[in-house]
Amino acid sequence: MQHGKYRFVAGFLVTPLALYAIFVIWPFIQAIYYSFTDWTGLSPEFAMVGFKNYTKLFSDPLFWKSFQHSVLFVILLPLVTLSLALFFSFMLNVGGRQRKDAAISGVRGAEFYKIAYFFPQVLSIAIVALLFQFAYNPRQGALNGFLQALGVSDPPEWLGDPKWALWCVMAVLVWSTVGFFVVLFSAGMSSIPRDFYEAALLDGASRVTTFFRITLPLLWDTVQSGWVYMGIMALGAEAFATVQIMTVGPGGPADSTIVMPLYVYQKAFHDGQAAYATTIGVALLFVTLLFAAIVMRLGRRERLEY
Amino acid sequence: MGSTSAQHPHDGLGRRDLIRRSAALGVIAVPTMGFLSACASSDSGNKQVEKGKTSAANPLGVKENAPLDVVIFDGGFGDKYAVDAEALYQKRYPKATIKHHKTQKIQTELQPRFNGGTPPDLIDDSGAEQMDTGVLVGKDQLSDLTPLLDAPSIDDPKTKVRDTLRPGVVEMGQFDGDQVWIMYYAYTVYGVWYSRSNLAKLDAEYPETWDDMLALCAKAKKKGVAGWTYAGKYPYYIPFSLFPFIGKIGGPKVLDAIDNLEPRAWYDPAVKAAFEAYYELYQKGYILQGTPGLTHIESQTAWNEGKALFIPNGSWVENEAAKTTPKDFQMAVAGPSSLDKSDKMPFGTLWAAGSEPFIVPKKAKNPLGGMEQLRIMLGKEASANFTKQVSSLSSLRGGTTGLKLPPGLSSAVAALDKAGNNVLNPRLQDWYTDLNKQRIGVAVLGEMMAGRMTPAEAVKKCQAASDATAKDDSIKKYKHR
Repeated sequence: MQHGKYRFVAGFLVTPLALYAIFVIWPFIQAIYYSFTDWTGLSPEFAMVGFKNYTKLFSDPLFWKSFQHSVLFVILLPLVTLSLALFFSFMLNVGGRQRKDAAISGVRGAEFYKIAYFFPQVLSIAIVALLFQFAYNPRQGALNGFLQALGVSDPPEWLGDPKWALWCVMAVLVWSTVGFFVVLFSAGMSSIPRDFYEAALLDGASRVTTFFRITLPLLWDTVQSGWVYMGIMALGAEAFATVQIMTVGPGGPADSTIVMPLYVYQKAFHDGQAAYATTIGVALLFVTLLFAAIVMRLGRRERLEY
Repeated sequence: MGSTSAQHPHDGLGRRDLIRRSAALGVIAVPTMGFLSACASSDSGNKQVEKGKTSAANPLGVKENAPLDVVIFDGGFGDKYAVDAEALYQKRYPKATIKHHKTQKIQTELQPRFNGGTPPDLIDDSGAEQMDTGVLVGKDQLSDLTPLLDAPSIDDPKTKVRDTLRPGVVEMGQFDGDQVWIMYYAYTVYGVWYSRSNLAKLDAEYPETWDDMLALCAKAKKKGVAGWTYAGKYPYYIPFSLFPFIGKIGGPKVLDAIDNLEPRAWYDPAVKAAFEAYYELYQKGYILQGTPGLTHIESQTAWNEGKALFIPNGSWVENEAAKTTPKDFQMAVAGPSSLDKSDKMPFGTLWAAGSEPFIVPKKAKNPLGGMEQLRIMLGKEASANFTKQVSSLSSLRGGTTGLKLPPGLSSAVAALDKAGNNVLNPRLQDWYTDLNKQRIGVAVLGEMMAGRMTPAEAVKKCQAASDATAKDDSIKKYKHR
């Protein structure tokens, strides 16, 4: 009977595993394989070249620049976005003034803010990037219009200035993703029993203390998975779309906004160097894996049951 | 991707057994593997149509009932001119079915078809997603267009197509040998674009010397008008007037050396002189404020609104900016002003070259049909229709006779006449796209014009970028012949 059971289970698993193997594992293997060839992406012929693409990668200053920017993204973006989201959702759920009917509540108008924060999430990242491109326009843009109204005579050129461009891109990414995490953390916070807060308040704990002693520890699992998720967005599609749509060049000015996925795209689809592009892609894979491993490792804590 | 074909279900007994055992896997795996090996290319199923009978009306020997598959880049020119030309093809070959497809994503859509060995018969390989023709030629993916060039033109059976084209068009389509791989259908005039009426407001005409240029900019500045603007976000528009300026100062040899990636090409004094002249525009505040953050459209609009006098551009700008151009704008183009008397070439020297590259893939099913379509497009009827619709010259010499042209285009024709043989044709932008756009355009010229790099540094960086490209053996190299 035992024997039959495994066969039964395996029968169910065959389809999803096969799908996973074909559409997820196989492309990975293919990409790694291509990184050892000189495939141009424009013809079916190619030859094996060994580690040539990898030696080229290590001495390619532009790759290292894109690497730096991607690493900066993956460190800063989750930190800023998640901190903001945690702060907002704390204020929306438990940060409010004490009222008659409930000891614990959010700030006034919390329901409205929740919806407002989530708005950017409804827009596609491409639209967001396009809108911000207009806002950053140094001549007619909303941002400089505002600054000029305040009396700034020589406002920055934002995306046109290498000192500002990367930060401009990051600000857009934070703006467009923070709402999602506000909603995610709000959901997590609402499942924390109110008694805990009430007990803490009775003991005279301040809001800051309740946040660090109660909310954060109980929300840790959600924060951790949010961290990985945000990091992957900062390394991948989201970062690519904003840089590709908004920046000078794209990737400029003076390569100040080039990120790894953009470099992959340029090599594969502009320069006819698909094999080298997959090599950068493999490097990106390792950065992503490393990031996920570090976050999981650092974030390991004892799970609290409640 | 050759390896995947070994996994085709019909290859081995073992695999067939496996699939029989787990039907669920098989149902998914069979089509998927088939798909993979299709995308992995092999010439299976790709049969070219036979050659038809040649005749006076059909010199290429197109098979009359063979289907024709055309892909057109749907950019500034749209695709109506091509649809109209296909109607002419249909008239000649009523039995043929024509498949027309327009797209902006040339490479995304066509890359898999090239890899799968089933490319279309004629492609307008243009736009931001242009496929690198150098790579395509290097990998033997294109048809030699010599039969087309040696065929009689559609209007005059005594003249070969080759002899009806504008200067430089055939040479541009060649790479190493005599074969011609690309037919540039449009003919673009690059240079300094301006509005006659806006200059008239300052009692000025186009300045023939750089001193006059600076004086005019100073005059404009007093009235709150900037001298120049450019596509700050895509600084590779700057070369449209800067490269012919270099060529005018130092002669075509300087540009040839740059194209040939010679070790000291950028250190030629002409380069530095031109860079310094342009840098002075920045230093004296003659560049429209905020320009480094503007896209090509935004900068053209500011120029249309009269906020800046001059803009480096190509003759497509008249069509592209049509919506924002005021009626009395009187758009015009000129070659670079003379820097001083020691310039090697006279005022009027112009950069003009073929654009809108059409290619016929080698593995196309009906390559002769693709060439015949080009022959039709290079006839007077289709060419005049093209010029009327998109306000651009075609590569057909004298293709504009008898047409009433819009102001920008007629000024381009006049500029071409004035230039005579002094037509420059720097090739960096089609030979080394990445070097021209990213390494030199964005990373150097954009920085210099924004005032963040001195001309001396810019020269050094251009040479370094050129050297890096010369050293990179994964990039195919070309030389002026």
